[in-house]
Amino acid sequence: MKFALAGNPNSGKTTLFNALTGATAHVGNWPGVTVDKREGSYKKLGEKIDIVDLPGIYSLSPYTPEEIVARNFIVDEKPDCVINIVDATNLERNLYLTTQLLEMDVPVVVALNMMDVVKKSGNEVNATELSKKLGVPVVELSALRNEGIHDVMKKAYEVAKENRKGHSVLETEDFYDLITKVEEKFVELGESSPLFKAIKIVEGDEALCAKYPQLVELIKSDKEKYKDNDFGGDFEGMVADARYRYITANYADTIKKIDKKTESKSDKIDKVMTHRIFAIPLFIVIMFVVFHLVFSEDLFFINGISKGNAGISGETAINVFTGMGYDDIYLEEMTGVITEKYEEDFGDEADDKLNSAISYVANKVNVELQAKGEEIRYDDIDNLALEDMEIEDLQELLVYSGGDVEEVNPVIGIPSPGVFLQSWMGFVTGKLIDLGAMISETWPAWLSGLLCDGLLSGLDAIFSFLPQILLLFLFIAILEDSGYMARVAFIMDRAFRGLGLSGKAFIPLLMGFGCSVPAMMATKTLEEEHERDMTIRLTPFFSCGAKAPIWAMLAVAVAGSFLGDIFVFSIYLLGIVVAIISALLIKAFGKVKEVPPFIMELPAYHAPQFKNLMAHLWEKLKHFVYKASTIITAAIVLIWFLSNFGWAFWQGMVGIEDSILASLGRVLQYIYYPLGFTWGSEGWKYSVATITGLIAKEDVVATMATLGITEKTIALSNAQIYAFASYNLFTLPCFAAIGAAYGDSSKKGFWITLLWWLGCSYVVSLIIFWLGYLFEHVLVVGIIVALLLVATIILLFVYTAKKRKKVLAN
Amino acid sequence: MEKRLNEFNVGEKGIVRKIVAEGNIRRRLFDMGVTPGANIIVKKFASLGDPIEVTIRGYELTLRKSEAECVLMEVE
Repeated sequence: MKFALAGNPNSGKTTLFNALTGATAHVGNWPGVTVDKREGSYKKLGEKIDIVDLPGIYSLSPYTPEEIVARNFIVDEKPDCVINIVDATNLERNLYLTTQLLEMDVPVVVALNMMDVVKKSGNEVNATELSKKLGVPVVELSALRNEGIHDVMKKAYEVAKENRKGHSVLETEDFYDLITKVEEKFVELGESSPLFKAIKIVEGDEALCAKYPQLVELIKSDKEKYKDNDFGGDFEGMVADARYRYITANYADTIKKIDKKTESKSDKIDKVMTHRIFAIPLFIVIMFVVFHLVFSEDLFFINGISKGNAGISGETAINVFTGMGYDDIYLEEMTGVITEKYEEDFGDEADDKLNSAISYVANKVNVELQAKGEEIRYDDIDNLALEDMEIEDLQELLVYSGGDVEEVNPVIGIPSPGVFLQSWMGFVTGKLIDLGAMISETWPAWLSGLLCDGLLSGLDAIFSFLPQILLLFLFIAILEDSGYMARVAFIMDRAFRGLGLSGKAFIPLLMGFGCSVPAMMATKTLEEEHERDMTIRLTPFFSCGAKAPIWAMLAVAVAGSFLGDIFVFSIYLLGIVVAIISALLIKAFGKVKEVPPFIMELPAYHAPQFKNLMAHLWEKLKHFVYKASTIITAAIVLIWFLSNFGWAFWQGMVGIEDSILASLGRVLQYIYYPLGFTWGSEGWKYSVATITGLIAKEDVVATMATLGITEKTIALSNAQIYAFASYNLFTLPCFAAIGAAYGDSSKKGFWITLLWWLGCSYVVSLIIFWLGYLFEHVLVVGIIVALLLVATIILLFVYTAKKRKKVLAN
Repeated sequence: MEKRLNEFNVGEKGIVRKIVAEGNIRRRLFDMGVTPGANIIVKKFASLGDPIEVTIRGYELTLRKSEAECVLMEVE
């Protein structure tokens, strides 16, 4: 048997689907998370039942792709039963869809969801009364709490065995004889669900009217009779109005509402979150806190904002927590203090004086140890460096030189949860590499190389950033799940209109921070083709989770002069800025079209569900591990091969400088030359990394690791690092995302999109590199050029605003 | 008194009299329950003054001022 789940967006359909099938589909607290139908099965009844989760819809008209998917499924695939999920807290609008579903010839069970919320607020919905009025079974349900789920299925199983004839709430309307007239014709034609189709023909439904022009002709003259003052012969309006009138008139007594004078919790939260003045700053703060929690190495700004992070990288952070590494940091600080003191006190003679002091202390220690009958500590006193001395001896040296030991107090940043988890992951993968080296010690060189330098170090590069990616997903899921994301669309709509987009486009774009593929798929909820094209074009600019390892790696490399989190934040910001400028350019030089409508539900806030969040993370983790274990592993092995063998690969392994990859990279190096990051003898490695990034963006880091470039060995200037980062941000996304873009764009739009990505990455990196270069070398010129650039962008804004006004005036 | 929905202030209530929109916007308004006879309270404006948030049929709906202009209201 096959059951279909149908209901309004955000009515708890996906939660019910997950509970029924044990699937872990992601649920978001905003309209339109399920765009395509999904299938699973329920096994707790006598036979296996296929469950189809239809996209959330408000109506069965053919205006949005979701509505078309849902209604075609019910009409054509004839499920054995439709389970209509109705949000009991929002009965009126939800029943509007129910009245349409009831017109189809299919068994229906109404599942009254969120009954727990209704009861908690002191309201009541009378299920028995509702069932009597609707003429179909009504079952109470709380999908979230797993209550009543089996009851719904049992009831559906029961009614699925019987046939049901559609009936309509429009029967009492005076235009109903028109419907009957068309219905009879459909019965003659032997069509399924004749009543439903007849009503759609009378309404003037585009899809069905095009299919049955003779029936439209049949009632054309009759329709004239019903022209009235309010609707002027608009049957769509008359039907919608009649449905709502019927609902208000008949179901008022099934709902007992306590008239609350006090505001609900959701209202109170909303007052703050969408406050006229605070909403936008609050949004920026929330996003910054998220990134800070994931990427900062100095969570509480202990070291101040400008001082950097005192050389604490993820690796030492872990040592601090295990109590292992404090000595290293102390040692570094101590040697620094001593050297500085000698330079201050003795100037040119500092080195000599320091060396004699070292000899003096080392000698003294040796003599003392010998006196106790122990072995001496320092063998080669003449060549002894400060760094080689024990801490207690260094302390003595400092006292001997007239310094104060108490002054040596290294400041250590407390890492954010993201950096902390990342350090642990790195610790674990590091041990795995050691283990691999141990096992493969006796293997042939190429095999142990494949295992250690190829597979393990490549996977280490990817997996050590996994915790940060998951944490980022977690925070975004919390924001989605709570209902805040829908408010973000509300806040941002006005700003987006200037770009030719609606606030709804913001939702897919924001999802782009997680992964471009689902984000591009979510553009299906946008109604206009050009808005879909534009949104898809901009999506990769919202840096996805797979690109995060690149930023995380580069953040360590620039950390000498920046805070890592500020670097990462600026990359994300750069993506948004370029997305805005792109939209303006496309608008300025493309055809300006009408901005799509923005009429949407703002769901009530609710606390994110732990189970739901974990389901979301689990899904991401699975996806990541799957990708890592298949396509990424294959790429790693391929890159390892290309980088260890020359064109004459049968002659055995060669040094990387002579490998196939090197020769490919050296060609590309010249194409990228103006962008700065391929300067120097290692430049080809960066050009190779941008290409392997096409397979998956995690591969950029993995490839570089295979080629011997890690966050610690990057030898690029900050300008080069920024150019490299922006190239990777704006260039073609991974193949999976390109595929998604192809699937959801218009044909012409797709090719423009590809060109846009390629052009954008080259131009933006070019500008960034040379601007950074000027800042690093000729600051004044750099500032002037930067100001000119900003002026150009402002002019672009003004120009498009004028053009828009002109279009509106016409 | 008759007024268009976009002319309402925060906190003002009214009943929908007529929808004067066309095509997509009209259909969308109907589907979301904005039909003659529905009660509407204007809840708030977004930071940039547009769109607006209203309560209708017991839930929160957001729409732009340009769309609200198509909703003729009887002020309560």
